[in-house]
Amino acid sequence: MPSPIEAKCYMNLLADKRLSCRDMPSLDMPSPVTGWDNRAWSVEREEYAAAVAGLCQREVGTLGRFRIAFLLSPLALLGGCSAVVLAPAGDIAVQQRDILVQSVILMLLIIIPVMVATALFAWRYRSARQARYEPDWDHSMHLELMIWSVPLLIIICLGAITWASTHLLDPFRPLDRISSQTPITEEDELLTVNVVALDWKWLFIYPQYGIASVNELVAPVDRPINFQITSSSVMNAFYVPALAGMIYAMPGMKTQLNAVINRPGVYKGISANYSGAGFSGMQFAFRGTSDADFDAWIQTARQAQVTLDRATYLDLERPSQNVPVRHFADVDPELFDAIVNMCVDSSKMCMKDMMAIDAGGGLGLAGARNLLPVAAEDRRGPGAVFGPRPSYVASIICTTDNPSGLVARDLHRSVVPPIDTDLELPLLRTSTMQPPAASADPFDS
Amino acid sequence: MSANTATAAPAEKPVFYVRDEHPHGEGGGTMLGFWIYLMSDCLIFAVLFACYGVLGANYAAGPSPRDLFDLPMLAVSTSMLLISSLTSGFAMLAMAKGRVAATQLWLGVTILFGVAFLSLEIYEFRHMISIGATPQRSAFLSSFFVLVGTHGLHVTFGIVWMIVLIAQIGRRGLTQANRRRMSCLAMFWHFLDIIWIGVFTFVYLMGMLR
Amino acid sequence: MPDSSFSQIVFGRLTLESFPFSDPILVGTFTVVAILGIAILAAITRYGWWGYLWKEWFTSVDHKRIGAMYMVLGIVMLLRGFSDAIMMRLQQALAFGGSEGYLPPYHYDQIFTAHGVIMIFFVAMPLITGLMNFVVPLQIGARDVAFPFLNNFSFWMTTAGAVLVMASLFIGEFAKTGWLAYPPLSGILYSPGVGVDYFIWSLQIAGIGTTLSGINLIATIVKMRAPGMTLMRMPVFTWTALCSNVLIVAAFPVLTAVLVLMTLDRYLGTNFFAGGLGGNPMMYVNLIWMWGHPEVYILILPAFGVYSEVAATFSGKRLFGYTSMVYATIVITILAYLVWLHHFFTMGSGASVNAFFGIATMIISIPTGAKIFNWLFTMYRGRIRFDEPMLWTLAFMLTFVIGGMTGVMLAIPPADFVLHNSLFLVAHFHNVIIGGVVFGMFAGISYWFPKAFGFKLDPFWGKVSFWFWVAGFYVAFMPLYLLGLMGVTRRMRVFQDDSLQIWFIIAGFGVFLIALGIAAFLIQIYVSIRDRERLADLTGDPWNGRTLEWSTSSPPPSYNFAFTPVVHDNDAWWDMKQRGYVRPLDGFRPIAMPKNTGAGIVLAGLSLALGFAMVWYIWWLAAASFVALLAVAIGHTFNYARMFDIPADDVRRSEDERSRQLADSGATP
Repeated sequence: MPSPIEAKCYMNLLADKRLSCRDMPSLDMPSPVTGWDNRAWSVEREEYAAAVAGLCQREVGTLGRFRIAFLLSPLALLGGCSAVVLAPAGDIAVQQRDILVQSVILMLLIIIPVMVATALFAWRYRSARQARYEPDWDHSMHLELMIWSVPLLIIICLGAITWASTHLLDPFRPLDRISSQTPITEEDELLTVNVVALDWKWLFIYPQYGIASVNELVAPVDRPINFQITSSSVMNAFYVPALAGMIYAMPGMKTQLNAVINRPGVYKGISANYSGAGFSGMQFAFRGTSDADFDAWIQTARQAQVTLDRATYLDLERPSQNVPVRHFADVDPELFDAIVNMCVDSSKMCMKDMMAIDAGGGLGLAGARNLLPVAAEDRRGPGAVFGPRPSYVASIICTTDNPSGLVARDLHRSVVPPIDTDLELPLLRTSTMQPPAASADPFDS
Repeated sequence: MSANTATAAPAEKPVFYVRDEHPHGEGGGTMLGFWIYLMSDCLIFAVLFACYGVLGANYAAGPSPRDLFDLPMLAVSTSMLLISSLTSGFAMLAMAKGRVAATQLWLGVTILFGVAFLSLEIYEFRHMISIGATPQRSAFLSSFFVLVGTHGLHVTFGIVWMIVLIAQIGRRGLTQANRRRMSCLAMFWHFLDIIWIGVFTFVYLMGMLR
Repeated sequence: MPDSSFSQIVFGRLTLESFPFSDPILVGTFTVVAILGIAILAAITRYGWWGYLWKEWFTSVDHKRIGAMYMVLGIVMLLRGFSDAIMMRLQQALAFGGSEGYLPPYHYDQIFTAHGVIMIFFVAMPLITGLMNFVVPLQIGARDVAFPFLNNFSFWMTTAGAVLVMASLFIGEFAKTGWLAYPPLSGILYSPGVGVDYFIWSLQIAGIGTTLSGINLIATIVKMRAPGMTLMRMPVFTWTALCSNVLIVAAFPVLTAVLVLMTLDRYLGTNFFAGGLGGNPMMYVNLIWMWGHPEVYILILPAFGVYSEVAATFSGKRLFGYTSMVYATIVITILAYLVWLHHFFTMGSGASVNAFFGIATMIISIPTGAKIFNWLFTMYRGRIRFDEPMLWTLAFMLTFVIGGMTGVMLAIPPADFVLHNSLFLVAHFHNVIIGGVVFGMFAGISYWFPKAFGFKLDPFWGKVSFWFWVAGFYVAFMPLYLLGLMGVTRRMRVFQDDSLQIWFIIAGFGVFLIALGIAAFLIQIYVSIRDRERLADLTGDPWNGRTLEWSTSSPPPSYNFAFTPVVHDNDAWWDMKQRGYVRPLDGFRPIAMPKNTGAGIVLAGLSLALGFAMVWYIWWLAAASFVALLAVAIGHTFNYARMFDIPADDVRRSEDERSRQLADSGATP
């Protein structure tokens, strides 16, 4: 009795909030997979209707719609009803799932006939059977046309889907809908979450609320979220399968992911890119909550005793494994920007400043020695065997005119405001750091 | 073997093997093989050029090409390499005329110019390192040193090859095998010239213009 | 401490602690390997085989012997790579419910890295290179490859790389980075140990061998085809070998370069791939995949060639659509370079870039699909014999289309966002590599084995191996597809969700079935050698073949063909049989052949020493082996007498022997 089992599974999923009311298949529709006519149910039919009605009072009216998830119900059953990629809870992941399903259906159009024909030909033309034998038949224009054009047509369809969906579901693109029925309106306030992959835990900063948490991500249902993602040391990938696809977290770079969660629940979040010894424990819970619960959670976080400033972050950044959930009440508003620019330690020059200086032609020979060694506790080994000690570009430059030190980025901004002008820094040319021999050298033209 | 009896032999017997074969000895594919090798080497340079293209402006708030490159000296070293290409051509001409001593002599001259080029390069590197513009200082310098240095290593290898070939020609004369080696060497040497023109334009000239 | 600095000068960073005495698994493995090794060495000494092995095999420049040695290397390394697979599956099946499994991260992370590296570089590559080496010259009617010495050298370089990887098991550690060692994790700051250095040097050494072997085979195919064999009359396997080698020559230099840059980052502290001073890890990712994507086509194309030969031979029929097969191969070769970015859609490229690479990837499925159809219609109206090679081919056709389909799914960027780095991805590439490359290699081995050794492989054990492999593959990897859809990602050591465990147990059972398949394959080889009289092939053409390799004896004489064949058709041997070819029995001439040389094994040995010294910072050894390497290489160029003549009498003797064999087998002489 496949259909009543399906019904039961759907009811369980609904009860567990792993499916929304919108995803519940209609009673009036025969199952497209099994061909089972649901109207033939008796007891189960009523039970199902009652359960759905009980759990989804507000949404009973939308039940008539046919969902693609229904098509996949046998697969979902096979997966012990836990194939989250096929039954996600966020609109982006739902759309990604739909693409997946569409592409499979398109490809099965050709794959199934090929598999059947392979088996059929192998059987029909086995030598024992002495079927028709044409040892020199090796060409047929019609067949050749068919075997090139049919895959081509399918790829054209898939290519069109790919082009459109890649742009539509580009993780950097702001959302234009909350779900398939609900477009985004003015009232939907974007929730910004800064995500930092640390060794080996996740830091989530909520700049709008000034709080942060480790290994716990909470977002209100149906509110668009903009994740800004970076990493402190090595590559990771930020992945909540129920919410949306993954995106890499990389040091010195910022990626983005726009997503929305449509059903309340607790979902699994992981790092999907291997990042070293503590990788397996780099997991977090992602909770989709009501607005009220979200506010309550923010309040809890605010009551945490610890604040997240640069020093706390540098401490947090050190490698640790299987880290329990932690909250931070107050977050330095410039912290995330500093993390992305790899200058939380303020003696390091920020990447963006460095890039601006580089765009202006660098800091000349004086800049060559503007380095500071990486502290021993900040690295896991002595560095390259034939290289100098691992070092970084100092944010402070000492010159004769400014012996107390000058912050490079301030210097750059004050001396040469337009970045793309030619950077002439007489100040630095007379630097004490320049080796005396250099001026008498033929290279120094 | 049912197939053997499937059709009767046609009236005119086709030829199925070469009865009268002349041994063509070894080395038939050498030039092609060496050419393919050069292309694969060219790809290594392509990667290094690409790295320089991507990283060449990342000075890490350090020195830039304008602080470091000395175009007049570079013009000298470039002409050394170009002249060495010319002299290696003279070596090939001497070889074509079968003159052993002249071939060796021109190879020797080529070596001298190659060494001059290398010396200038080493001098440039040493100078840059002495003023703190080390390969470790910035991604720009890393990609610069590695691209130019890889070319320099190839030149070094070419010089070693020439020395060996001078000895081999001295021992055996301009045999078939040695002529083949000379041709490969000439291709290699001209290839390095072409790469250098790329380096000169892309790294030095465009670096100064940036 | 003068003592420790002395030991540092002599042994670099190699100390007693570098040997994993405290790890029972490794000590056990080492003991077994050592006992086996000593037993093998003792047996060789006992029976006095050293001279024979050295003269006839190690220093041989005969492409057939080198091909066979490549196959042996691939199969031996398969056992190592597969042991890693078993350990991973076991760990993942156990690490549930709060259990940490039996492997600490230190060990587990090395295993999955080594598994990937070994399977691609030291199993798949030797197997396809070996097959191409053995078959291509025979198929094109040549007597050897264009550069026989280089061929021997390439083989030993690949072996040296393999030895270095194996050394990492017992001396120090292997990389703990994943098989492509993305920076910054693989950089000196996050991986200060010797693991990544082993990775770099073993791949560098093996990669040089592979590049040279690619150049060699291209020159062979372009320059040494028999008269009459135009490009469009080349056997399809030769075509795929040509394209595969073109890919090797155009892709492996990129690997060489990127490994050099990584070496410089790690040894000199340059800034190519480390951030901070302007380096860019994304550049590594791009470059490594510019090699890595063509690499998968390097592996699959020769397998496609095998299937083409097998499908035509065992259907007793010309290959359907030869021309479109050739063009499909060429199209795949070109497109292989335009799709590398699909390995990292999720790294934040723009939508248009992602869409371009996604669609380019899908386009590859068109020529690949055309190939599948061509094999299908080759079977149509044929007389199919279900010998072992054909079974593998059928299993491939049914399995590979699934892998192709999941591949296209992964090529759609929005779908890839949810499947990337998941077990779905792992299942996909095992589906195409096992279902495509491995099945192809087994088809090729069972197809050409009688040509190489003069007797067929035992069909019973072949079928046992086949069914265990196929069943094992499905049982092992279908659960991984499903786990991928459950959002489970790769390289995890422990799991929190206990409901997943059952699938890992099933997958583990699948690996057990594959283990039985491998065991059956080894038994098959043993049984076949034991029963070689029963399985002997005296005709040289046991399968009623179609291409030139079947026109000579099994095994072929060292000179392959007493007279160079003349080709009139793309199924040259079939055509010869159809049109009443008569084997020449007189008029033999002396045949010029290359001499054996020990230079290849010496150079590779020195490269191995250089690599080991560099890994362990033993600078004196590195310098010494580098100087020795140069000296031997230069010394070798002073050796001009590289050819010798096989006297006409010797040719006559071996051709007469073949006539006797043919008479015994009842075929026309």
